[in-house]
Amino acid sequence: MFAAVAIPVVVCSAWIGGSLGGKWSPEEKKVLESLSLASLGPLPADPSNRVADDPTAAAFGRRLFFDTRLSSNGKVACATCHMPQLAFVDSTPLAHGVGTTARRTMPIAGTAYSPWMFWDGRKDSQWSQALGPLESGVEHGGNRAQYARIIATHYLKEYQSSFGKLPDLSDRDNVTRVFANMGKAIAAFERTIMLDTTRFDRYVAAELAGRTHTAADSLSPDEEQGLRLFIGKANCVTCHNGARLTDDHFHNTGVPVSTLVASVDSGRSVGARQVTKDEFNCLSKYSDAKPDQCGELRFAVTEGPELLRAYKTPSLRGVAERAPYMHAGQLRSLREVLSHYDRAAPAPMGKSELKRLRLTSRELQQIEAYLRTLSAPPTVEGERLP
Amino acid sequence: MKRTAILLLCSSLRRFAPSVGVPRFWIFAALTLSGCMMFMKPPSAPKAYEHTQVSAANTYLATFTPAESIKVGRLHKWNVRVTTADGTPVDSAKITIDGGMPQHGHGLPTKPLVTAHLGDGTHVVDGMKFNMGGWWVVKLTIDGAKGSDVVTFNLKL
Repeated sequence: MFAAVAIPVVVCSAWIGGSLGGKWSPEEKKVLESLSLASLGPLPADPSNRVADDPTAAAFGRRLFFDTRLSSNGKVACATCHMPQLAFVDSTPLAHGVGTTARRTMPIAGTAYSPWMFWDGRKDSQWSQALGPLESGVEHGGNRAQYARIIATHYLKEYQSSFGKLPDLSDRDNVTRVFANMGKAIAAFERTIMLDTTRFDRYVAAELAGRTHTAADSLSPDEEQGLRLFIGKANCVTCHNGARLTDDHFHNTGVPVSTLVASVDSGRSVGARQVTKDEFNCLSKYSDAKPDQCGELRFAVTEGPELLRAYKTPSLRGVAERAPYMHAGQLRSLREVLSHYDRAAPAPMGKSELKRLRLTSRELQQIEAYLRTLSAPPTVEGERLP
Repeated sequence: MKRTAILLLCSSLRRFAPSVGVPRFWIFAALTLSGCMMFMKPPSAPKAYEHTQVSAANTYLATFTPAESIKVGRLHKWNVRVTTADGTPVDSAKITIDGGMPQHGHGLPTKPLVTAHLGDGTHVVDGMKFNMGGWWVVKLTIDGAKGSDVVTFNLKL
């Protein structure tokens, strides 16, 4: 008798809750707010780059970003892999410069908020990151002496506007300083590549304000249920937290070994050691920061079993447009990614942090539907790309 | 039955922690008893979340005061004041910091260190960070004139 009465009451209250926008508890609303782009906060300063917020340096960096002369074959620029029309990534499992890398190209938008760059965090600023591919034998393939000469020949005015007189390039340290400054100019441009508001963010704004949803700020019942799973049963929000949906940390999630990469990839185990010794890290003589401004580096975990095959949590903003997935593009679709997390297979090396989820096929589809509400092309210097 | 056995094993592991040292405890726990994680529950007593705690063998008393309100993902400092059980400030102890999320089986995302001693038993711990919400445990190993002992703080973020 009780059950017969209770069921209609439960169904009825759920229906009323749904129709009047009371579908999220106060706790859940707090989580939704934390995931919204409105919670992102102002761009953090980069004390290691004194031209980080200089528009002149950003304009110089923008030109460098697209300049294919900065390569060994005259055909590769940053934009070769970080393609503006593809949200600053490419669409292949591994990046192709003058050769083929062992990793998937990472997005740029919003990375100015992140303490670590690359899948293994082997760089600790946007400017030091930009220098890595320039001297990688399979990416740009050139060297700093060649690049310094290009600056002297083609960018003298731009260089001097941001960094003062071009030093004597017969001195090796001067060449390295010019090279570091190229990274700082590119970073000043990259800081302007930002995340834009998505339908999910508009939905959250309407929910928090208690407004009736319009077509521009509503989620379908499946997308809404996917969001509920994302912050609940599926535990996605554990690592994909905050307004960029990343904890900026490194996790072993049992991602399979790439069939395209011959070398062993240990992830953060190697990246952590590399960043502490990096010639251009926050504590280096090329950094503009004081040591006490390098907290992330000074207090980084640099050893331990947790680092083995741990990779950086990527932001999920724009994820639907970013196949293939994982650090070497091992998984072709969002469906494959969600299935991977659901199964929680053991890691090929180290120990996976995942636990089996046992979600239904329908639930996986709903999470995927939610992830597709996180799409918006990045903005550059405050403007939407054409 | 199996669950009871695992719970017993888990609780004995927790008691075992101070005697082997925190880092070894975490490695041992992660490698051999990952099954514990799903049964570990955050303490229910509000006292476990207080900022002042007594060390496991009642040797020391420690109080932490974050320099700012703790926000997920933000690097920040703690002031930690340490006294002996009778209230005498402890200035010369070696303090190491460890911890993690027992339910997830991972440690702290950073390696916090004592970077300054302010006197009157107060030490600055820099490099604190919590990269996700949930139950965190922070363990201070205090090695002073009265011996080595471990203070455990619980946080819910």
